[in-house]
Amino acid sequence: MKRRTFLKGTVASSMLGVAVSAGLLTPRMVLAAWPESAFGAKNVDDALNALLGSTSTSESSAIDIKAPDIAENGAVVPITVSTSMSGVESIAVLIKENPSPLACSYDLSANTEGFISCRVKMGKTSDLIAVVKSGGKLHSAKKTVKVTIGGCGG
Amino acid sequence: MAETAIRIRAQMKDDVTEVKALMSHEMETGLRKDKKTGEVIPAWFIKDVVCEHNGKQVMVAHWGVAVSKNPYLSFKFKGAAKGDTVKVSWTDNKGGAATSEAKVE
Amino acid sequence: MKKLLLITAVVSTIGAAPMVSQASPEDDLKAFRGFFLERFPNVPLDEFANGVYAIDAASREQWEAIEEFPPYEIAIEKGEVMFNTPFKNGKTYASCFRNGGIGIKGDYPSFNADTGKVETLEGAINDCRAKNGEATIDPEKGPMVDLTAYMAFTTRGQVTDVKIPHDQRAMDAYEDGKHHYYARRGQLNMACAHCHVDNAGNKVRADILSPALGHTTHFPVYRSSAGGMVSLHHRFVGCNDQVRAAPFKAQSDEYRNLEYFLTYMSNGIPWNGPGARK
Repeated sequence: MKRRTFLKGTVASSMLGVAVSAGLLTPRMVLAAWPESAFGAKNVDDALNALLGSTSTSESSAIDIKAPDIAENGAVVPITVSTSMSGVESIAVLIKENPSPLACSYDLSANTEGFISCRVKMGKTSDLIAVVKSGGKLHSAKKTVKVTIGGCGG
Repeated sequence: MAETAIRIRAQMKDDVTEVKALMSHEMETGLRKDKKTGEVIPAWFIKDVVCEHNGKQVMVAHWGVAVSKNPYLSFKFKGAAKGDTVKVSWTDNKGGAATSEAKVE
Repeated sequence: MKKLLLITAVVSTIGAAPMVSQASPEDDLKAFRGFFLERFPNVPLDEFANGVYAIDAASREQWEAIEEFPPYEIAIEKGEVMFNTPFKNGKTYASCFRNGGIGIKGDYPSFNADTGKVETLEGAINDCRAKNGEATIDPEKGPMVDLTAYMAFTTRGQVTDVKIPHDQRAMDAYEDGKHHYYARRGQLNMACAHCHVDNAGNKVRADILSPALGHTTHFPVYRSSAGGMVSLHHRFVGCNDQVRAAPFKAQSDEYRNLEYFLTYMSNGIPWNGPGARK
């Protein structure tokens, strides 16, 4: 196993828990408010309505979800959503069987590719749904990820 | 002793810069109970992650409690040059925040 | 097909006196290694350092995704800060170890002829602290594990090479550790060997049992299930719990001797901690 070298941040980073200073978000940036009702929604349709204003999605084979068939551990499931579509405005990840299906959503700028990789929690076997907004339309793909009960207390 | 709250790697290949970030955060769901007291452990999680390239926003993430503890994030964007600055900042539901920068390699 | 090991330990209850083994540690190691190499013929010896990921492709893929940017990097950094922070008397951990404390995790466990006991890295760290006027720290959890994560990191790539000197006390410690490994215990009446030798590669519900060969190489580990770093002795406690046996204390003689035996069984395999596991 190779020795990993890792980059440290070049500028001193603030400690965990330090209050946000006024300079953190400059007026130039537009930060959409955290979508509270979307994250609070208890089913996929409500979450999509709250987040994107619609539940009309069309399945697309241009969206690739890389996720394990069987999650080794439901607390940390590594996933990657990528798409060959251009002009991707946002990517949302929903886990259907989670208490609140919306896991995360990403707003992408014009130069940013339709590619997101992250690690999510899955409470049980569930469809993992990716919704990509591109060209004003909503496209989706899904993959079933099994979450199992280990025998070693894991 | 402050360790790096956000570890960032930004590597360019052809015209695409791939940014990988590992953050140190509990990402407590608010659904767990303290085994000793029986009290619900309050939710504590990163809500917004803002990623910038040379001061310009390239990606904003909105997270819920289903993002894993010590979260990882990776995304790609075009138009950077080696030596450019990539900055990642997060804010959480308790008003906590952190920010870190790295140079594109 | 199970291959009988040459080791002759036969114990059915905790506390029973072990039969005197006729095999030497070198013979034990050869048999132990041979068993796993035969059971998993496509896995090179070095790869056993990666545990279950050496024998299961699906979980390996998820592990590799996590290794892209592993959560234990946070612990390594905390550990490095700890390592470099001077004690109140101005000295640092470097003064207590060979080579300034860098790349020396492989020096442990080792038999200490003065104390007559097995010395572990955690024990040596706490001795260093005490010697320099600092309070000792919990050897099982917390900051200790960040420190050992850093020290494991600087040791990566070196080959496990535990020595058992020609000292009856060292031999006894080794045999004691071996006895623990093969002894049934707990309400489930199972030995470590039942899962990690006899059933290595088989499943317990959805968990694949990792082979004992290479077990000690990657500690401490960041466990996704724990959301944090786990030390080797903490895992021993967990395993004893899981067969519903009363666990021993971290850094007890029992666990130090177990660590001695188990690490010896991984001789020849590179150290590759800290690791990431489910």
